[in-house]
Amino acid sequence: MKRVIGFAAVALALSCGSVQAQWSDGVIKIGVMNDMSGTYADLSGPGSVLAARMAVEDFGAEKKGMKVEILGADHQNKPDVGSNVVRTWIDVDKVDVIVDVPTSSVALAVNEIVREKNKVFLISGAAASNLTGDKCSPNTVHWTYDTWSLANGTGNAIVKTGGKNWFFLTADYAFGHALERDTAAVVEKNGGKVVGKVRHPFPGTDFSSFLLQAQASKAQIIGLANAGSDTINSIKQASEFGIVKGGQNLAALLAFITDVHALGLPTAQGLIMTEAWYWDLNDNNREFAKKFAPQNKGVHPTMVHAGVYSAVMHYLKALEALKSDADGKAVVEKMKSIPTEDKLFGKGEIRADGRHIHPMYLFEVKKPAESKGAWDYYKLRATIPANEAFRPLKDGGCPLVKS
Amino acid sequence: MKQEKFAIAGLQTRSRSEAIGFVLMVAFVAAAPLFIYPVLMMKILCFALFACAFNLLIGYVGLLSFGHALFFGWASYVSAYAAKVWGFTPELAIIAGTLAGAGLGLVAGLVAIRRQGIYFAMITLALAQMMYFFAVQAPFTGGEDGIQAVPRGKLFGLIDLADQTAMYVTVAAIFLGGFLLISRIIHSPFGEVLKAIRENEARAVSLGYKTERYKLLAFVLSAALAGTAGATKALILQLASLTDVHWSMSGEVVLMTLVGGLGTVFGPVVGAYVIIGMQNYLAQFGQWVTVIQGVIFVVCVLLFRRGIVGELAALLRIRL
Amino acid sequence: MIEIFGIPSQALFGQLLLGLINGSFYALLSLGLAVIFGLLNIINFTHGAQYMMGAFAAFFLLNYLGLNYWLALIVAPAIVAATGAIIERLFLRHLYHLDHLYGLLLTFGLALIIQGLFRNQFGSSGIPYPIPEALRGGQNLGFMFLPNYRAWVIVLSLTVCIATWFVIERTRLGAYLRAATENPTLVRAFGINVPRMITLTYAFGVGLAALAGVMAAPIYSVNPLMGADLIIVVFAVVVIGGMGSIMGAIVTGFMLGIVEGLTKVFFPEASNTVIFVIMVIVLLIRPAGLFGRTA
Repeated sequence: MKRVIGFAAVALALSCGSVQAQWSDGVIKIGVMNDMSGTYADLSGPGSVLAARMAVEDFGAEKKGMKVEILGADHQNKPDVGSNVVRTWIDVDKVDVIVDVPTSSVALAVNEIVREKNKVFLISGAAASNLTGDKCSPNTVHWTYDTWSLANGTGNAIVKTGGKNWFFLTADYAFGHALERDTAAVVEKNGGKVVGKVRHPFPGTDFSSFLLQAQASKAQIIGLANAGSDTINSIKQASEFGIVKGGQNLAALLAFITDVHALGLPTAQGLIMTEAWYWDLNDNNREFAKKFAPQNKGVHPTMVHAGVYSAVMHYLKALEALKSDADGKAVVEKMKSIPTEDKLFGKGEIRADGRHIHPMYLFEVKKPAESKGAWDYYKLRATIPANEAFRPLKDGGCPLVKS
Repeated sequence: MKQEKFAIAGLQTRSRSEAIGFVLMVAFVAAAPLFIYPVLMMKILCFALFACAFNLLIGYVGLLSFGHALFFGWASYVSAYAAKVWGFTPELAIIAGTLAGAGLGLVAGLVAIRRQGIYFAMITLALAQMMYFFAVQAPFTGGEDGIQAVPRGKLFGLIDLADQTAMYVTVAAIFLGGFLLISRIIHSPFGEVLKAIRENEARAVSLGYKTERYKLLAFVLSAALAGTAGATKALILQLASLTDVHWSMSGEVVLMTLVGGLGTVFGPVVGAYVIIGMQNYLAQFGQWVTVIQGVIFVVCVLLFRRGIVGELAALLRIRL
Repeated sequence: MIEIFGIPSQALFGQLLLGLINGSFYALLSLGLAVIFGLLNIINFTHGAQYMMGAFAAFFLLNYLGLNYWLALIVAPAIVAATGAIIERLFLRHLYHLDHLYGLLLTFGLALIIQGLFRNQFGSSGIPYPIPEALRGGQNLGFMFLPNYRAWVIVLSLTVCIATWFVIERTRLGAYLRAATENPTLVRAFGINVPRMITLTYAFGVGLAALAGVMAAPIYSVNPLMGADLIIVVFAVVVIGGMGSIMGAIVTGFMLGIVEGLTKVFFPEASNTVIFVIMVIVLLIRPAGLFGRTA
């Protein structure tokens, strides 16, 4: 920021140096950036903007004299579009905090920019566990879930309930490989065995050939190390080829309630998956969903929406305590020092590496007969306590931890 | 059936109007950061160079490449990788990217120039798509994540490009250098042969020219310059990603050139400015950008084949 | 059990069959492209979008008009073909006197518009379309479980392909078509309405794409971008086959489906690039394509 002197007229220079009131440029600007139109639009999208708005209202920002403004943008799941938006937001629009950002590739790009510009980054939608590992940043908090916690939750629980032999159907790119690697490690640690794997092109449309290979492997569990439409199509085609009827089970390593909604219960029933939040888990959640869904075309809140709500709430708390939003690092420092508590995620903490710690839940998708109606999809199979749900601090390789 | 040929306002000699245009362009590039967000302007300059390189093929040889993202995107990977992992200085990283573009151009060119016209377009598209899938899978490109946090480094080991002004001056110099090189190529005897091939390849062959070699060399030059543009972009945005190798990027560069004016010297620059500016302006309507681009395509092809600069040149009866 | 390269031969049969199913889609799509190219000399970049429109038309018919799959199989291609006729009359007609590349650019622009509009309206995660009641379930062939629907795809696609080939190569109508390709002026002299024939041909080619879309809907779910990448693969198929003959397009389509299917077993990492690699090899050995005539 000090280096823009060359461009006197650039708006950039305005935010530096000048004496400011409590909040830089008088207002706290929250930028919610995610996929507004693509594959992840339902699980994040406009719903996340709504969740952020609800958090600001529930916090009572106005009464406390905090002027908050929320911006929304579409990153189209492309890192260059995302970094463009974030640079302009920070340099020109004076945004103080970036929220949500599903799609790990975009989140990793934003992570670097926010660190460089010393703002705050609250991740809810992205999965990559290296955001709190080797890529961890003093300006970033990873709120809702990550690949490690999903692999751990699903892998652990299935092996313990007898699913010993695994076959992986892996999307052939970095994310799929990471998910497969993390899950395979958990499976083997718990005494299970990986009998085979096949890598399918990303994005794929026809999975029949790979499913047939999975079927031939005679594995009890077919682990789907992919995401989005790949996962949906693999589950659909698995049902077409009678794989579940043939006695094998599918485990989706990254799936959301919106995916189950898209598949429909007849196809998705029996699927096992890990999530950080479910709207029908307790009264607080149900109340939130009741208020949220009508404003979001009936789509119920996902764990990503809930994560945005909870993260924004905690951010505002930290600002209130700090009385300033200028120094991103200081804000995150404050967020780490006060324990987290809100109605959706309950009590928790943010670790030194930026990881928000809370329980995770293992769900099984209900049979059509068990469901009482739309969005009544999950049976709770196990709760993974907060201290086991996430990767141990020392294993992440985050440089912030040593100091 | 008489067929209107692709380029309309081809240049025969370097004209005075072109010189004036160049001076105006330099003045604009120098003044732009005062009223345009510098990172955006740098991006525009990269795409302008990319479009100029593409125009060298379509405008002066009559070859429509629908796979130019291949050179642009892979060069940005190579330069990002060189700068980040091997610790290359920026100028070396850009040279590495350019060489990668040229190398890929040579291989793709050898395959593609075996067919003409529509086939050439489809083959370049297919080759680019193949390399796109390779980029998704290959470990060193980072797949979906791309190569992130690329250091801008110190130019010649001395000037820190993290400084916005230094970066801007560097990018402007690369763009203007590339632009002058292309203009030099067009006006050289080599360029004259290319235009002869565009007008009538059979005739050029009968005059004793080995047209295949000329086409291949033009293709490699175009790919190399597209590579320079891609390599520079990776350093500016500190990121190399799949977007740059995707077919939609190949389509975008066609659109820029078409909007500005195929076969005009300044057309691609104007086109890049218009299209990138529009994308930036419409960013909040994210999903509508493709639709608008499609509409521009259709309108240009049906009503506006000469493009902005081509129409202007026709109006003023000058060559641009 | 006999093994070939370490894979049980029975599993191999299964994979060959699956390859044939994917080949069915390639064949239908490249056939449509070949028919359009034959008469209009235009490479129809909108083909992928029209394939997608076919799937969406089936979806609309089912959800808004209650027309089932079997009716959609006829009605959806007809609707999309009608939009194709409009496109030809409104846009393509004005380009015949220009360089062919303008046709490519125009159809590319149209593809962007159509795909963009559908994406804005329906998102890109895809909408499910049920497999018709009569074709649910499957047969245990001993070496694999073959869903009935997939078997139907092969049968229908082969029938349509052969019928198209027969009409074009063996009937009087086809003879006019072929003659109009060679010499439109002469055919017009025989009193045939060539412009209308061109419109109908384009509509027919588009209809084939839409039919493929309807067939794909129950398997791959209805997605605005389902044709965007597929069209590039089909282009490669077309380059490999060469635009010389109708039969060439059909045979190449099925053949490459099988090759791709085998790649998924032996070297799955390369399964989405194998067709492009074959394209390069064919171009180096036979630049005009396997069935193409050198121009």
